[in-house]
Amino acid sequence: MIEFHSVDFHYPGHESVFEGFDWQIGEGEAWAVLGPSGCGKSTLLYLMAGLRFPQRGRVVVAGEALDKPRPRTGLILQDYGLLPWATVAENANLGLRLRKFYGPDGRHAPQGEVVGDIDRAAMGWLDRLGLAEVGAKYPGQISGGQRQRTAIARTLATDPDVLLMDEPFASLDAPTRQSLGRLVRELRQEAGLTTVIVTHAIEEAARLGERILLLGNPPNHSPVIIDNPNSVRIGYSETEEYNQLCRQLRARLEAAG
Amino acid sequence: MSGRKVAAAALVIGIFWQVCAWLVDAAILPGPLVVLVTFLREAGGELGGHFLASFWRVLASMLISVALAAPAGLILGQSKRLNELLSPVIYLLYPIPKVVLVPVVLLFLGISDLSKIVIIFLILFFQILVLVRDQAAAIRPELLYSVRSLGAGRRGLFRFVYLPASIPAILTALRQSIGTAVAVLYIVELTATQRGLGYYIYFNGSTLFDYPKMYAGVLAMSLLGLGMYFAVDVLHRKVSPWQFQEETKSR
Repeated sequence: MIEFHSVDFHYPGHESVFEGFDWQIGEGEAWAVLGPSGCGKSTLLYLMAGLRFPQRGRVVVAGEALDKPRPRTGLILQDYGLLPWATVAENANLGLRLRKFYGPDGRHAPQGEVVGDIDRAAMGWLDRLGLAEVGAKYPGQISGGQRQRTAIARTLATDPDVLLMDEPFASLDAPTRQSLGRLVRELRQEAGLTTVIVTHAIEEAARLGERILLLGNPPNHSPVIIDNPNSVRIGYSETEEYNQLCRQLRARLEAAG
Repeated sequence: MSGRKVAAAALVIGIFWQVCAWLVDAAILPGPLVVLVTFLREAGGELGGHFLASFWRVLASMLISVALAAPAGLILGQSKRLNELLSPVIYLLYPIPKVVLVPVVLLFLGISDLSKIVIIFLILFFQILVLVRDQAAAIRPELLYSVRSLGAGRRGLFRFVYLPASIPAILTALRQSIGTAVAVLYIVELTATQRGLGYYIYFNGSTLFDYPKMYAGVLAMSLLGLGMYFAVDVLHRKVSPWQFQEETKSR
């Protein structure tokens, strides 16, 4: 679904973040990208989102090399992703309004897709995510967890097949973080989404990543991958296996840092 | 602010004025009632005409400055390179008190309405330009990334992000500069015109010595400034309700 082919990337005037980086993500897989701050995990996500481009090599999503954001890839960031001047409902249907604005041109919106009733499509997700009551409020008036659910509703309303998340729960309290984590897992299983979640929290990576990509201090050359197939099982985070994985991840991170 | 509080404040000012008028006890300070009666009598006649002339000048300046400054501010706010190129120029021009340019503009544009409109335009233009530019530049990259990931290109970002973000900045700039605009209006209407409240106030005060009429003119000018301030404020609340909502929950 997502392929990195010998990707070189550096920010102007800075040293390389990725050098000859190869990495493959299969359809429907749930990945967590874990690493210390400054390791390039957000950069990796922006490369997948088509918001940044490698100096060398290619990033291919669904068979096409990216040269701009792809309409069916959803992106959820830590914060500040909502329009402060639009209500929750207006934020949730922003993706669909953009598609109507451009028409099904294949560049900004999926080719051949006819946008139906915008409000109904977005409202369905607001309902599902428990946001129907705050639909008329502004982002400044709701809690951080509700804001993040709004961002999720907005992305899902556009019917994505890839969901990219950059520290999506970092500014939330622990219970909210866990309930949103469960939600993402549920949604992924229902819709068969390919998900990539970038995080600096070891426990989050262990709970949400069936496969975990470990990044170290840049430049990153070849991917370090840890398989974690049991993460989907209920009660996984109470098992010894989970604890062992967390210990292993911590040791690896410390070694890398 | 409630209408009742504003009315109460107006009453207090009126009483203060009346007391001062009694203490001074001279023709140069008539009481508020005399002025009010004169104002109402004149409003339908001569004063109304002067009011409209002044109102038109401010309104035209406002419309022209929004039409030119808002797009310019948006462009500068979006383009780092262009902004770096032009910001020293704006930095130098912005703080110049535009009112000192009155004689220059009069020399070049003559004594028509145009010269008066241009002076007020210069004040409003820079105020709106700077605020809209800063607002557009302050839009968080995370927000732009999110909206781009939903499919927005340049046009989409403009329509769904930059434009709505700049409207409150335009209205804030207008509200902040209406006071200055009306003050400068008075000054430009002192010379080379026989229409407008500035002329009316000056002519009645210094030539005809008709003090109640002069104060009626001052009252009209105050109402002009106040009315425009209120109008912009109401418009702001209407188009940007999100800025006036209380935070019911903290982050």
